Amino acid sequence: MRYSPSVGQELRRIVGRDYVIDNHNDLRIFERDGSIEGAMPDAIVLPASSEQVADVMFVAAKNRIPVVPRGAGTGLSGGAVTIYGGIALQMSRMRRIIEIDPIAQTALVEPGVVNQELSLVAARHGLFYAPDPSSQKACTVGGNAAENSGGPHCLYYGVTTNHVLGMEVVLADGSLHWVSGDAPDRTGLDLCGILVGSEGTLCAITKVKVRLLRVPPSVATLLAAFPSIETASQAVSAVIGNGIVPAALEMMDNVTVGAVEAHYHAGYPTEAGAVLLVEVDGIAESTRELMAKIREILAQSSGFAMREAQTPAERELLWAGRKGAIGALGRIKPNYYLHDGVVPRSRLPQVLSAVGEIGIHYKLPVANVFHAGDGNLHPNILFDMRDRGVLHQVEEAGEEMLRAVVELGGALSGEHGIGLEKAAFMPWVFTEDDLDAMQRVKAAFDQQAILNPGKIFPDATRKPVRLAGRSGLALEAKWW
Amino acid sequence: METKVPVRRDSFPLLSDDDLATCVHCGLCLDACPTFRVTGLETESPRGRIYLMTQWKRGTMPFQEEQVRHIDLCLGCRTCEAVCPSGVPYGRIIETGRAEVEAHRRPSLKRWASRTALRQLVAYPERLRAMGSVTRAAQRIGLTSMLRPGRQLPQLRRPFERPLGGIAPAIGQRKHRVAFLVGCVMPIMYPQSHEAAVKLLQLAGCEVWFPKNERCCGALLAHNGDLEGAEVLREDNTRVYAAQNFDALIVDSAGCGAHLKDFYPALKGRVKDLTEWLAEIGLPEPKHDVAMRVTYQDACHLAHAQRIRKPPRDLIRSLPGVEFVEMRHPDICCGAAGLYSTLEPDMSNRILQEKLDDLLTTGAEVVTAANPGCQMQLESGLRSRGSKMRVEHISELLLRAYEPAAV
Repeated sequence: MRYSPSVGQELRRIVGRDYVIDNHNDLRIFERDGSIEGAMPDAIVLPASSEQVADVMFVAAKNRIPVVPRGAGTGLSGGAVTIYGGIALQMSRMRRIIEIDPIAQTALVEPGVVNQELSLVAARHGLFYAPDPSSQKACTVGGNAAENSGGPHCLYYGVTTNHVLGMEVVLADGSLHWVSGDAPDRTGLDLCGILVGSEGTLCAITKVKVRLLRVPPSVATLLAAFPSIETASQAVSAVIGNGIVPAALEMMDNVTVGAVEAHYHAGYPTEAGAVLLVEVDGIAESTRELMAKIREILAQSSGFAMREAQTPAERELLWAGRKGAIGALGRIKPNYYLHDGVVPRSRLPQVLSAVGEIGIHYKLPVANVFHAGDGNLHPNILFDMRDRGVLHQVEEAGEEMLRAVVELGGALSGEHGIGLEKAAFMPWVFTEDDLDAMQRVKAAFDQQAILNPGKIFPDATRKPVRLAGRSGLALEAKWW
Repeated sequence: METKVPVRRDSFPLLSDDDLATCVHCGLCLDACPTFRVTGLETESPRGRIYLMTQWKRGTMPFQEEQVRHIDLCLGCRTCEAVCPSGVPYGRIIETGRAEVEAHRRPSLKRWASRTALRQLVAYPERLRAMGSVTRAAQRIGLTSMLRPGRQLPQLRRPFERPLGGIAPAIGQRKHRVAFLVGCVMPIMYPQSHEAAVKLLQLAGCEVWFPKNERCCGALLAHNGDLEGAEVLREDNTRVYAAQNFDALIVDSAGCGAHLKDFYPALKGRVKDLTEWLAEIGLPEPKHDVAMRVTYQDACHLAHAQRIRKPPRDLIRSLPGVEFVEMRHPDICCGAAGLYSTLEPDMSNRILQEKLDDLLTTGAEVVTAANPGCQMQLESGLRSRGSKMRVEHISELLLRAYEPAAV
């Protein structure tokens, strides 16, 4: 079945006339998320409540129309891209913080609440929401739960799934359920655990109950320069090897530092081969002591020009630089292809030198900015879509980088999800039996396969990672 | 690999493809955009608007009248530009985009009227003044109360007068010589803000020159896509400013300041916002306590276009007795945006309501701003909510430390 004007009528009755968009040209504007591929939905639907989500889903199920939930569209693996068309369920009208319980230290929020907004509001009670993706200024708590997002501070605090206590979800048949809830333990079969990180393939999230943490009384943030990525990687291993787990431990290479400094003027040393941003928090005495020890270890691994943030404003500026790093790369080339792999920490130097070589081989600039502490690398291949033949090169280079990650014992994704981009690579790490088991879970939740089709699982009918989809990029391809 | 794909048949010559290409589609701008915040729609976000204009430019999407809405609904507040890590020159993109749209769209009475009003009225200070006098007279005999309720003009006072001879001398030792932008709307709507600004400059040791025959700076025209009209004004004014020497051209209206900084190469480095300048040269010791709870609304063209956030706050905090409180989102637009509140009243009001919620939770007695549009919008909004909170230009607030009775 296909989307049709009469389906549009039905949807309008549910969410209101102004909240269904199905004219062709406006839909074009929704064809992409933060990744590089695009495809047009048949309709954008903006529900205002859980009940409306359920009703929309019911209509979609009846007509077997694909449904793709969408938060802010900042995802980096194509999770919100509607490659089979259908309904993009945009959650941005559902942005109420329903309740903050300062005693239980929890918050109940709608999925469209912006990650940073939650921490801003929780700050009144001395609390914060720990998972902090770099896009936290814009990305949503619902999108974070769907992708099981990470962030710089997840090294110490854990990723999204460690902070979700329960969720209200709508399943593919339009039924509304709560999974888990108030208790800190998820008992029985952990359905919430399955749904967090399911990338919109098993349910649409309509409410999230999250854990909030007490804002640490003291935070120390240190910026250290290193002559090369290798020395910086060794320093990372040395810190962790000494039994220290900082709140965050981030690395940026020379290319990234240059771009970041151009926008933020945060005092990043542009002459360094790589920099580390290290943060520890806790009570003042212990952060002081820990930081002194870290400085010592970093100095032994040829760290230099170490600078500790003296004021909250300085700290904020250092972090603004790190969190805006990916966007700042636009200063070098207008397009990036951002990869996300994770390797055992000890393999970082090897995988980074492999990444560097691949870049040189393809004559493509590569910028590295990543969560070094947990071995989660983010090589960014920089290019200009308007250059002839570049897309194919980028695609091949990206695939080779991921291969290097997997060969060194790593995984396909650290935090961005598999989505569209890496679905075809799943057989590299999973056997047919593994994938079959996952498919059966999928079928248990979504028999008709209408929820975010074409994601996570390799799709035989589709070419792997088409950088040029039905988007503006593809249209440019006609010029060649 | 270095050859660029040639762009065929470019019917959008003003838009720069290189400017548009700086957007990497990361989405960090979304929640900074007031229209995205209230609609939740990609089409009403900076990223969506850039995507749309990119497709127009590259000829991959037809120009459609319906989609012009998305460009019209942009406030031009440039909050997105300040948060964009990739350095997208959004201000330039939206102004050229609007000029393109004006060239392509179907003519409409509303747009024609606003363009004509800007070119024929705002561009000529004396005509605007005449209209101000008529309005003032009408207000005095109660005629305006018969108009439909909505955003209302402030009660007009006697318009701002340049001193005889065009010079206001420094009080005490003369340390600087500055020019002062009298402008178009400010002297009629908010003469008391201008008067306070000039007094502060004099107190800070500035001799203030009021250039004769100065016209509107052109900001309102440029923001509405009339780049040609703005160009004419720039040429006239550039001649006017070249007549005498001065250290800085002081502007107490953020929209004008941003435009002068961007569009007047001859004044490069010499255009200063009042707060920027006062923070730089320093004010004398305050004489009186200003015992009030005060909050500050960032004017978009000050905080985002000119990136001036700290100087005004430092100045407010330096007042003895002041209790300064911040809103949760002081740097989100109030919905005024020049002519926007008149051309797009519905969206403007939705944005204003969010602002008022934030504003009222501060419990401040006075909200300060550094731009007439924000003043007018906030006054109108606060009145509609029956609030007693007062709106003051930052110059008026600062002057309280020297002349408490004057304001």
